Amino acid sequence: MIKIANAQFWVHDPDEAVAFYTRALGWEVRSDVTMEEWNFRWLVVGPVGQDDVGLVLMPVPTAPMLDAESSDQLANLVAKGAAGTLFLETDDCHAAYDELSARGVVFNDPPTPQPYGIDTSFRDPSGNNIRLTQVLEFSIDRH
Amino acid sequence: MVPPARHLLRAKDRADARYFEPLTVAILARAAGLSQAHFSREFRRTFGEAPHQYLLTRRLERAAALLRNTDRTVTEICFAVGLNSVGSFITTFRRVYGMPPLAYRATFPPAARHIRIPACVALAYGRPQNRTFREAAPSARP
Repeated sequence: MIKIANAQFWVHDPDEAVAFYTRALGWEVRSDVTMEEWNFRWLVVGPVGQDDVGLVLMPVPTAPMLDAESSDQLANLVAKGAAGTLFLETDDCHAAYDELSARGVVFNDPPTPQPYGIDTSFRDPSGNNIRLTQVLEFSIDRH
Repeated sequence: MVPPARHLLRAKDRADARYFEPLTVAILARAAGLSQAHFSREFRRTFGEAPHQYLLTRRLERAAALLRNTDRTVTEICFAVGLNSVGSFITTFRRVYGMPPLAYRATFPPAARHIRIPACVALAYGRPQNRTFREAAPSARP
């Protein structure tokens, strides 16, 4: 079978990003390797207890990997929140909201009942969207 | 380096999260750390529409969702989405959706309410797209 191994976010500042994902979100660093000659850093984080899926935090490339104009555009798209969403699941949305709030995560909305469960969302420091959902049995009356 | 758009996104997020409060463009500008005039200009340049328009269409999108998904009255829905004049809500809604709120509700068969899409998708895709309207003045007749 083919499995998802890693997903990837573009970030503006890998140090800021890794601090957020570890200290605020409570995740672990899976890999942090810098290849000096390439000026490249392979940085992977992931949730404790889910070893087989990781999130690669990749700095927005600059020249010569990406021309200056495209690099600026990409950095701006991330900052505008247009570069993608990570969908997370939890078994207790309210508890997760309280726990992460206490560690400094600023949520976009409180845990909100939806037909498919309870969910909330926040952004990483670069602007990437992260959705946190507690999946419940589908009910059109839960909203 | 953080692109300036990141601060504008904070204001856009605020509109999405707190639309039901008496939000104003001035409050959104503060969330971005900018003067109101500069904020409005930069917001439009960055996201393609003015902040008051974004906020209004967010409120209309949420109102449309409540019409589809609940049995709440038009008056309740108007206030629930942060608008404060039922008359101008009905006028604006009709201009944007082409029919008054209750007629809009009636066009949705129960089955349409069972499509399972994440709330963030509804928020992003469900906002009305008419670029020329503005909110009806509170004195306008429905």
